[in-house]
Amino acid sequence: MNMLRQIRAVTWMNLSSIPQRFGTSSVIVVGIAGVVAVLISVLAMATGFKRTIVATGRDDRAIVLRGGSDSELASTLSREATLTIMDAPGIRKDSAGKPIASAEAVVVVDMPKKSTDTGANVTIRGIGAAAMALRPEIHMVAGRMFQRGLRELIVGNGAQAQFKGLDVGSHIALRGSDWTIVGAFESNGDSHESELLADGETVLSAYRRNLYQSVVVLLESQDAFAAFKNSLTTNPQLSVAVMREHDYYAKQSQRMSNVLSFIAYVVGGIMAVGALFGALNTMYSAVSVRSREIATLRAIGFGASAVVLSVLIEAMLLSVVGALIGAGLAWIFFNGNVVSTLGSNFTQVVFRLAVGPSLVVLGIVWACVIGLVGGLFPAIRAARLPVATALRAV
Amino acid sequence: MKFLPLLWAGLWRKRTRTIFTLLSIVVAFVLFGMLQGVNAVFNNALNASAVDRLNVVSRISFTESLPFSYLAQIQSLPGVAGVAHQSWFGTYYQDPKNFVFSFPVDPVLFFPLYPELQLPQDQLAALVSTRTGAVVGRELAKKYGWKIGDRVPLHSVIWTQANGSSDWNFDIVGIYDAPNDPNQAVSFFFNYSYFDEARSFSKGTVGWYIVKVKDPKAAMQVAAAIDKRFANSADETKTQTEKEFAQSFIKQQGDISFIVTSILGAVFFTLLFLTGNTMMQSVRERVPELAVLKTLGFTDGAVVALILAEALVLSLVAALLGLAIAAGIFPALKSIIGEARLPANVVSLGIGVAVLLALCTGLPPAWRTTRLNIIDALAGR
Repeated sequence: MNMLRQIRAVTWMNLSSIPQRFGTSSVIVVGIAGVVAVLISVLAMATGFKRTIVATGRDDRAIVLRGGSDSELASTLSREATLTIMDAPGIRKDSAGKPIASAEAVVVVDMPKKSTDTGANVTIRGIGAAAMALRPEIHMVAGRMFQRGLRELIVGNGAQAQFKGLDVGSHIALRGSDWTIVGAFESNGDSHESELLADGETVLSAYRRNLYQSVVVLLESQDAFAAFKNSLTTNPQLSVAVMREHDYYAKQSQRMSNVLSFIAYVVGGIMAVGALFGALNTMYSAVSVRSREIATLRAIGFGASAVVLSVLIEAMLLSVVGALIGAGLAWIFFNGNVVSTLGSNFTQVVFRLAVGPSLVVLGIVWACVIGLVGGLFPAIRAARLPVATALRAV
Repeated sequence: MKFLPLLWAGLWRKRTRTIFTLLSIVVAFVLFGMLQGVNAVFNNALNASAVDRLNVVSRISFTESLPFSYLAQIQSLPGVAGVAHQSWFGTYYQDPKNFVFSFPVDPVLFFPLYPELQLPQDQLAALVSTRTGAVVGRELAKKYGWKIGDRVPLHSVIWTQANGSSDWNFDIVGIYDAPNDPNQAVSFFFNYSYFDEARSFSKGTVGWYIVKVKDPKAAMQVAAAIDKRFANSADETKTQTEKEFAQSFIKQQGDISFIVTSILGAVFFTLLFLTGNTMMQSVRERVPELAVLKTLGFTDGAVVALILAEALVLSLVAALLGLAIAAGIFPALKSIIGEARLPANVVSLGIGVAVLLALCTGLPPAWRTTRLNIIDALAGR
């Protein structure tokens, strides 16, 4: 009890003198704010990208690609193959008894980015008649749905925000044919919002192609996947890869989020080392400025551990303040920022940076570790000060 | 020179403080060296692009293919010295992690357009006469231990053969060098005729065309003439110089140099703050000592110079150490970012930044010393 009171008294004394040492104390705060801001912003990019891609997949949907291809753009499925796939067992049927499945044609169009005015690849997804039943998360927010058989497109709001010339009512030329954008849709923040959707058959005829890229199906239940997959992979006429949609999209986001996390931890780690030296500097000078006070305290009976802990608490408190400022800066400048990068289909994926509570906690943990290490050695020096010498010091 | 010991004593007055300040500047320059080095790798890729070559891709998107028949049509346009084509083959070797940049080309057309890729004449002849032949870059061959005469299977994620297989077999008949930029010696070239005959779909198309112009100054006119030639056809084209094409491709990844600059901005702001503070504190503590110097007859200028010299020594030593560490780290990153060295201009830029840093952190406290009242300062008031 006595010990706790001592710690409280010394800590309070230290903290109340911070305004007099504002300059040196701010070294810890600013150093750590820098580390945390960089760490959180880059990780916010990784999280945002991953969230967008993974949200696209559902456990009770499956995607079928040609065997051996790793993304839709690299895959090709013949018309007959898509029909065979849509006849497989395990697919949920609508009220008319038709399978809820969509053969999809994925093509790419070059659109200018609003931010740089340079061209970037945007996906046009030709979808089947049951695609809207398959993806109930897609709903129109402006204009109307496209009509099958007409050269009409609907645009995701992510794509609309990032690229020029995608307003409802504008026209796009594709292979000499004129297409009209008739509506805009939202899709729960997933990667389809970076795409344009149109009628699959019409897209194929405009691009003069005869091959689809994928088939997406809604399963009767999550457990129907094994039966569905088995019936396709054992069919000698097909050579296909069958994946749960969720697994497929998780894999697609892997590489990019790995790269970003790597950058975040390497750059953040190196900066953390720099901030650690700053913290050591500050706390050493804090201790040396107050060596007489500390010696006085020791002389009137305060314990060494009270002195050590009070220095540590001061260092950690300053670090946490720095972490909160850094997280706040990252949140103000980057949270919700819409950016885009190349996804695995060689097309742009639009996503939002997400500074969430887990990242803020991570930042505070980093800060506490830096504060702890940065405070420990100066604290030990403070406790070891020879009382008599320190009292005489001018 | 006689002031060197004084300078030295000033720096080591507080040993721990000097060492920690030095180390935090070192850390900042390690980051500076690495990020600028990575940036330089991207810029090198841009600068490597020749001024006399154009890239012709589909207007819709560079992922769309173009008809083979365009070859002769482009060749017949005025100002065109040579035309070749490439296609994206999208392969890995044994494991999806081992991505191989492989391209079917017509070797007779392709290699003359790329003088920077050096392939012995007999190996080129062997490629032409071997249907399943392939030539690989020196770095790529080193990576997988391939030798001339090896039979190498590659798995294409896009192209299937008529028999449904995605596995393609090649016989390595040559190894090319790229003396100016080892990062270019990582590709895998093979015969378009083999590819087009064996693939199961999209026969008679190529990925993109490369055009060499007779006069680089007329490159824009030739580009416009090519696009005009195919305007309003089903396969419209977009012709750019190689550099423009590379730039737009890099921009698709997101603005890398913007990210690098932002991080460096954050790092240097933090650093400036840390060192600035320490420098000022150090000068503040030494006010009585500086007053002694002035009493002894040191001029204001000499004291300012002394303090600035301390800051300069500290930040220059730290900058050089940091850049040396960054240069040492690069070889370890080879597998991630390719062949990268710390470019000389990054080193000189770093030294410039270090000088600037020393001036920013040293000038304010140095300026204060010129206004010292010696009597007050000696009394420690």
